[in-house]
Amino acid sequence: MRIGAVTFPGTLDDVDTVRAIERAGAEAVALWHGDADLRGVDAVVLPGGFSYGDYLRAGAIARFAPVMEPVIEAARKGMPVLGICNGFQILCEAGLLPGALVRNHKLRFVCRDQWLRVESTTTAWTTRYEPGAEILVPVKSGEGAYMADERELDALEGEGRVVFRYVEDNPNGSRRDIAGVSDGSGRIVGLMPHPEHATDPLTGPTDDGLGIFLSAMDNVKQGAA
Amino acid sequence: MSQAHPQTRPHVETVTHAEATPEEPQPYTELGLADDEYARIRSILGRRPTEAELAMYSVMWSEHCSYKSSKVHWRHWKENTTEEMRAKMLAGIGENAGVVDIGDGWAVTFKIESHNHPSYVEPYQGAATGVGGIVRDIIAMGARPLALLDSLRFGAAEATDTKRVLPGVTAGISGYGNCLGLPNIGGEVVFDTTYQGNPLVNAMCVGAMRAEDLHLAHASGTGNKVILFGARTGLDGIGGVSVLASETFTGEESGSGRKKLPSVQVGDPFTEKVLIECCLELFREELVVGIQDLGGAGLSCATSELASAGDGGMRVELDRVPLRAEGMTPAEVLSSESQERMCAVVRPEDLDAFLRVCAKWDVLVTEIGEVTDGERLEITWHGETVVDVPPRSLAHEGPEYHRPIQRPAAQDALQADSPDRLPRPSGATELRETVLRMAASPNLCSRSWVTDQYDRYVRGGTVLAQPADSGMIMVDERTGRGVAAATDCNGRYVKLDPYTGTQLALAEAYRNVATGGATPLAVTNCLNFGSAEDPGVMWQFEQAVRGLAEGCAELGIPVTGGNVSFYNQTGDTAVLPTPVVGVLGVLDDVRRRIPTGIGGEPGETLLLLGETAEEFGGSDWADVVHGHLGGLPPAVDLRREKLLAEVLIAGSRDGMISAAHDLSGGGLAQTLVETVLIGQTGARVVLADDQDPFVQLFSESAGRVLVAVPRTEELRFTELCTARGLPWRRTGVVDPESDALEIQDIATFGLGELREAWESTLPGLYGA
Repeated sequence: MRIGAVTFPGTLDDVDTVRAIERAGAEAVALWHGDADLRGVDAVVLPGGFSYGDYLRAGAIARFAPVMEPVIEAARKGMPVLGICNGFQILCEAGLLPGALVRNHKLRFVCRDQWLRVESTTTAWTTRYEPGAEILVPVKSGEGAYMADERELDALEGEGRVVFRYVEDNPNGSRRDIAGVSDGSGRIVGLMPHPEHATDPLTGPTDDGLGIFLSAMDNVKQGAA
Repeated sequence: MSQAHPQTRPHVETVTHAEATPEEPQPYTELGLADDEYARIRSILGRRPTEAELAMYSVMWSEHCSYKSSKVHWRHWKENTTEEMRAKMLAGIGENAGVVDIGDGWAVTFKIESHNHPSYVEPYQGAATGVGGIVRDIIAMGARPLALLDSLRFGAAEATDTKRVLPGVTAGISGYGNCLGLPNIGGEVVFDTTYQGNPLVNAMCVGAMRAEDLHLAHASGTGNKVILFGARTGLDGIGGVSVLASETFTGEESGSGRKKLPSVQVGDPFTEKVLIECCLELFREELVVGIQDLGGAGLSCATSELASAGDGGMRVELDRVPLRAEGMTPAEVLSSESQERMCAVVRPEDLDAFLRVCAKWDVLVTEIGEVTDGERLEITWHGETVVDVPPRSLAHEGPEYHRPIQRPAAQDALQADSPDRLPRPSGATELRETVLRMAASPNLCSRSWVTDQYDRYVRGGTVLAQPADSGMIMVDERTGRGVAAATDCNGRYVKLDPYTGTQLALAEAYRNVATGGATPLAVTNCLNFGSAEDPGVMWQFEQAVRGLAEGCAELGIPVTGGNVSFYNQTGDTAVLPTPVVGVLGVLDDVRRRIPTGIGGEPGETLLLLGETAEEFGGSDWADVVHGHLGGLPPAVDLRREKLLAEVLIAGSRDGMISAAHDLSGGGLAQTLVETVLIGQTGARVVLADDQDPFVQLFSESAGRVLVAVPRTEELRFTELCTARGLPWRRTGVVDPESDALEIQDIATFGLGELREAWESTLPGLYGA
């Protein structure tokens, strides 16, 4: 089981993503922004950070990096792809996920432990959770407010593609408290909070985030079986 | 590789021209050089300096770069450092940052630096570039930066200008530090009216490396190449030197618009992040002989320091420096403080590999010169020599002053103005109100408004972060070996008695590190004072340095480096003397850390370690309730602090302590409030019946920590304290079923009520 973690210039949470993949028991494969292929991985994670300094718009430049070509191609063929924070922004910029992330409503970066409800347990990245499970993971971003028009939001809700929702206090003004969404197939998921930082209670609030990586491993195994 | 455009170059003064025109007047006064300093430059060179040389001397001999007013006091560090203390030090004062051996082949480097004045002028960029600069100091030692801490001082919390400065500084640290991917794990936020026109922004960085990978800033080996890499050089941050430029330029390029560039540098954290990764790869590939970051004084500092610390001279072709402004003069190129630049010395045979690593990271790289066998730093501009100086005269042989020292006449009256005369709360109701009022006061309330803007999780090694007493970070994932760091200073104590006050800052940082379970190892400092030309300020300074040096000797931990910032004052009013002390500690296994919040174990007893005396001089109570500053600060007993630390470390190692929080500003009451709120668990507290409850709750006696011990460990732990001679008192119990803090016979506080008091103040001032 090989899961890739992509490093763009300015990516920051790649080391954490690699650690989380390894903690889940998979082999982590470091992918570079200039890579032309995905080195035979079974799933890909786009980690958080400030790719290319987030200049222009978060994720807007990374979306054109060479490695994104094989990522987009593999995603279209059904490979599980996860975008965390900046990775989520890149997936939206690449058109793999609907909507956009804009500056937090209070115009400040926010780093805190955040309760999330897992709204969909049928995606490639969430099958390990009980429906409606509440998990505590860090959120840390300055441009984390999820935006889409009403029709799009209604469609997402109707199709069960809202994967994570903020509970208690919405940290960034996201529409309908949305913290993460999936594509129509449920194989591409993006979320602003950081499950890779909740894989060991020593260094994170909980280990609630581990289920994300374990889910993808289950999913790949089932696909192979 | 890149070159400037020769066709746009302005008139440039050469050494030959300076020799031919000895009497030409020079604007040295405008550049901050005194008559005798200018005369000394002429005597060193045997002629008048060129424009470029004058620019270099003026920045290198500035207070900021030369430490000319403070250097004579450094002997206190030397005189108080024993061989035993030195044993763990791999690099000390004089290098970019101190380095200590933390065991298992790991070395840790740490340093704190001020960026006070720029942060007042332009809070966001001033604070951001302060972070950038300290991080490059750590990289220049060959280390991977691991974590940041920020020690901040602002004017009155409610003042209009604080509402400009504090959010700007916080956003600058957040914007730059978060983008670098460095967790921010601690520091301080303090308010006092004396910082109104002069905030203090002190940034600390901790980095780690394998001990054998230590890189020092030396330019050795004739024929080795001098390489400039990172961002282009522009007109930003030139400051005083543009005075020189405006006097000598002619033509369009020197039009007035060009001179209006900000004197505060502008940071680009993305460039710095890439530069960090690029440097670390260069170190791994062993492609660097010596390295120096470009901070204050830019290339002037980097070239002269590299050359003078090496074994030879250096020749630099300055026109090869990639520029981002047209028509810059050599003086401007040499003094530019453009950010995100590094200067390395590289063996010729490694040059290609060096360039390849830079290309991988898209880092601009330029060979600008080479190490020579002479003893001169020679800088040319399109083939003509514009600088020809002995590098040591710039970097190490600057002026040194014995500034007049005089204990201020008002000091006696200040110390005689005891807080004992102040009316105290009497009865349960007044005590209750005082607890809440103190918890909500700007200096004691929750710092979340600030610290929630900092990423404390990135890189996944953060084990303790704010609001814990110290930040703690894992260094070795395999063994769990880690380091802890804390910065502290109560300027009010220092004002009342600079010697004792500075030792109290040391004691608190030391205690905070031990409260997490780490063994204190080494000390750094950032000494923020008023004008060096005020004898009263120099008295404070001298007392502070001596107090810190002698305190470190008593604790047996060395001072590995420091930073001095003078002239922190508005008009004639100096800031509270603020010698910020940073202590670094080590822990074999961070899984043994002691958390801050209670409630982690099913049954816990609260014990107060140390003794409480009636000490209110400089206290938060005197400040918050009476606006009073007078008397003497709490007594300091460093032997007791050492004993306390030993007990905490032993308790952590043997798993006897489940939570701990030190007592400092606001006393026991404040520690109790924070302990229950951080742990989100109630507690019942019983005060001693042989001491005034007010004193027990609000006195700020040093050397005290509140610990929670699992009931099963209580006897073993208290026996340990008794055997070691550390006073302790059973103060209460943790009650996981309760959502209240009950101080028996005084008051009961709901956690919601305490949270409201503690957490509402800063959002109320700066935006919810």
